[in-house]
Amino acid sequence: MLAVIGTVPEESFPLVEGETALEGERLSVAGQLCPVHRGTPALLAAAVVTAQTLGQPPPQGCLAGDIGLGDGSRRLYAYLEKELPLRQYQTLCFHYLQPDVDWHNRVMFAIEAMVRRPLLIADAGYMYVAKMSGQAGEYDLFTPDIGELAFLADEEAPHPFYTRGFILHEENLAPDLIRRAYEFDNAAKYLLVKGQTDYIACRQGILATVREPTVAALEPIGGTGDTVTGIAAALLAAGYDLAAAAVAAARANRLAGLLANPTPATQVAEIIHFIPRALTEVLAKPLLHDG
Amino acid sequence: MGWREIFKRRPAAAPAALEPTAMGAGILVFENTSEVIRAEKLLKEAGWPVRVMGPPPEIQKGCDLVIEFPLMEKLGVLRVLAAQKLAPLEVVPVNSPLLQPVSLFQTKDFGEYLMVRAANMKLTVHKASRRIVNVSGGGCPDVPYLAHALVGQTLETAPAPKDLGHTLCGYALQLAYEEMQRQCSP
Repeated sequence: MLAVIGTVPEESFPLVEGETALEGERLSVAGQLCPVHRGTPALLAAAVVTAQTLGQPPPQGCLAGDIGLGDGSRRLYAYLEKELPLRQYQTLCFHYLQPDVDWHNRVMFAIEAMVRRPLLIADAGYMYVAKMSGQAGEYDLFTPDIGELAFLADEEAPHPFYTRGFILHEENLAPDLIRRAYEFDNAAKYLLVKGQTDYIACRQGILATVREPTVAALEPIGGTGDTVTGIAAALLAAGYDLAAAAVAAARANRLAGLLANPTPATQVAEIIHFIPRALTEVLAKPLLHDG
Repeated sequence: MGWREIFKRRPAAAPAALEPTAMGAGILVFENTSEVIRAEKLLKEAGWPVRVMGPPPEIQKGCDLVIEFPLMEKLGVLRVLAAQKLAPLEVVPVNSPLLQPVSLFQTKDFGEYLMVRAANMKLTVHKASRRIVNVSGGGCPDVPYLAHALVGQTLETAPAPKDLGHTLCGYALQLAYEEMQRQCSP
């Protein structure tokens, strides 16, 4: 089973762990409702509809309210340190948490104490802290966008905010940045790089690229990167291998975007509705070819 | 401009011509990024030549910013902060170059819409109405919170991300917001 761990941008949202469901435009986690605007609720909503499409049980959510002060994140870290050794999740997907290296390392010890080690996915703040901890290689999948890939490729940057200009520059091609991220051991076993072209890569090189359909308006829409990660996580939990899950997620997210006919002002909730149709179409074709 | 205006622009206590590194730099370390942003605002308003930078590796913890200032001016700087009940956790001399915040911006024109990216944060505005239509990117928990506060507002009515944000992603969004305002200014 998949568990998604992250935060909700509401100070009063309690720490909850439990089953997820979509209720109209809102996400329910252990009975607590939150809107699906972007961030972890968008990731979870995409994972919920993906699991439904695959006939799988819905993911578990483990969330806390945090508006950036880090209080909710710290409560989550402490909860995970205590509870994870007692859980039997097959896949853990970490998302919007305040980066904190000490707490990250304590959670990693808790994962090592689990009866069976789950597949580990990290995106957003948790990917930042996973890299900063020097333990990126312990993760199975990172899902950076092109700016975050530059951060992974910069062995000195502790946060994307400090990525050095010569690495961040647009002329740097993603394949070079991927190579550099692996060279300095700052990438997970697999990378799904979200951009104009999506790259699926591992230490040995680029395994696949996804370019179609091209929907330029998706880039400015907050949450479209989160939905890719959510789809990939649900596919992994359903038994797809890493490369196939990443390719299918990249294709399905683009196709869902196309079906929504978006402008740069579209909100991600409008795109999530189209994920089941897009995924069904994508999974009907062979996955491991470029396109 | 008369001499009165010149004096008004530069408080007597703050030697604005000094660069932090010109006479030896120090850094102010705070409990969290919100305090750094508040201290930066106070010190800049008082005319001090301070810069927000990345901390040296030995004190990096996670989502960190520090303020670089001319070490010789330590007492005056601390006095300004103390007057607003803002005390740094530490004041540390700096011997090696600090990490520079990102200073590159990428702009993408979508016809009716304009997107500005600073580091990992993207801000998109409808050109004609100057309405913020989307915020994307980032990984710290204040990003969804800031997005909720900004989307739907115009560049005139939206709160500045630095007034609500608490993290480096929030600070990056502030830079994108300032760049967007610069590009959209008449």
